[in-house]
Parts: sequence; C-alpha cells; structure tokens
Amino acid sequence: MIRETLVPLASGTIFGAGLTIGGMTDPARVRGFLDLFGDWDPTLAFVMGGAVLVMAFAWAVQRKMLRPFFGDGFALPDRSDITPRLIGGSALFGIGWAIAGLCPGPGFAALAIAPASAAIFVIAMLGGMLLVRLIES
Amino acid sequence: MTLPGFPDAAPLDGLIGGVLIGLAAALMLLGAGRIAGVSGIAARAFGLASGSQPRLGAWAFIIGLPLGALIVTSQTAASAPAFANPVTLAIAGVIVGVGTRLGSGCTSGHGVCGLSRLSQRSLVATATFMATGFATVAAMNALGLAVLP
Repeated sequence: MIRETLVPLASGTIFGAGLTIGGMTDPARVRGFLDLFGDWDPTLAFVMGGAVLVMAFAWAVQRKMLRPFFGDGFALPDRSDITPRLIGGSALFGIGWAIAGLCPGPGFAALAIAPASAAIFVIAMLGGMLLVRLIES
Repeated sequence: MTLPGFPDAAPLDGLIGGVLIGLAAALMLLGAGRIAGVSGIAARAFGLASGSQPRLGAWAFIIGLPLGALIVTSQTAASAPAFANPVTLAIAGVIVGVGTRLGSGCTSGHGVCGLSRLSQRSLVATATFMATGFATVAAMNALGLAVLP
C-alpha cells in the first residue's frame, strides 16, 4: 500500500514542480510556443527536450530490468497500430490545448496556482472523458 | 539566461523543468513499472477508464501535481500567470478530455514517455497534436481571438 502510493505521489510531485518551473502552467508561455508562425517562444522545446532526454535513458535502463524497483511487473502499452481514432483524438487534443494553453498535467498542477480557473478546466476535461466513456459503453 | 533572438524565452528554466519531468516519469517507469501519462492516470483516478493501475496510486500521482506546483510557487516571488475566461477554459477542457481519451494520451504519455521510447503511435500522436496546436493558435490570431488578457 505504501509502496503503491508513495512512488506515484513522489513522481506526481516532481512532475508538478517540473511543469511549473518549465512554464507549462503558464498559458501565455504554452500559447507562445504554439504561436510558431507569429511571436514564437521556444521555451517549451527545452522542456520537451530535457524530459525526453532523461526518459530515453530511463527506457534504456528499463530494457535491462525484469521488474520495477517497487512493483511486481511492468504494465506498459504494447500497441503499434495507427488508427483514425488515435489521429482524430490527438488532433482534437491539440486544438483544446491551444485554445486555453493548458493540457492535463498543468491543469491539475495549476489547481495550486489559480484554483478557480484550473478547476473549471479540470472539471470540463473530466466531463469530456466521461462523454467518451458514455458514448462507448 | 536568454536566447539570442528570443528575449522572452526562458531556456534554462525550461530545461530544468523538463529534466524534472523526465526524472518524475523515470521514477514512475522504473519504480512502479508504469507510464506517467497524466490523462490516462486522471481517467483511472476518477473511474473513467478501466485498467490495472490501482486507483489509490492514480490518486496519489494526481494529488502530487498541485503539490509540486505549490512547492515551486512558495519558493518564488513570481506573480501568478493569467488564465483564459471560464467559458474558454470549459470549452478547451471538454475538447482536451475527449481528445486525450480518443487519442489514448496527451503531452506526457505520448509526448514525453512515448517519444523517448520511439513508439510509432506516440510519434504520430505528438506530430498530430503539435500540428493542430500550431494551426489553432495561428487561426485564432488571424481571427483576432485573444483568450489571455
């Protein structure tokens, strides 16, 4: 129980700190990055680059491990099919991300920065997820 | 530190933040054996997706996000950033919620964890949401739609 919650709690906390330092919780910063054809702000490319670099190393380590340090086994995605659903969903996500300058992680992290605004975004996002769940069940 | 030609960019903060995000995702992967994809974990925490991840663990991760933000903001004197108005936030939120469920991930799951694993699905997903993100901001600017004060 402790090991099942402490690792995700630590991960989420470091994640939230990284999002905030990197500027992902600042909608103007995010929209500045997405303003590629205007007044482009490359900051988020450094966020992405730093995160991908560390994770590329982590994947190399993972391939040599039989099981995670605090768990019984790896539960990782293994699909490789490119579907209209994947592309359509990602296209929609990009539109929503650009409109308000928030994606899911920063939405939750921003609950500690601008609670009212972040709560509206998060509740609406969960509503959207529920919508997909209801339509598909 | 500034970047030549981009006076508003904060490349060092970006890099530090990115490395922290990478370390957090690495801890989740090597520690718990899971992908640190926020949209998937959120759906799991709120009972909006089935899966093998314990809901308590999903909640712990989600609670950590604002906790980490709080730790950072309590140490800095920076003023709070501006956010879009409630209607815009709600519209964007619904689209993000629908899109991330259909697309099986967001910036963290596809963009960080998937790209670094060279997953084909994540490569396609990331290229797609970046492209529509660029296009959306360009279109909104062309139409004169300002969402931030």
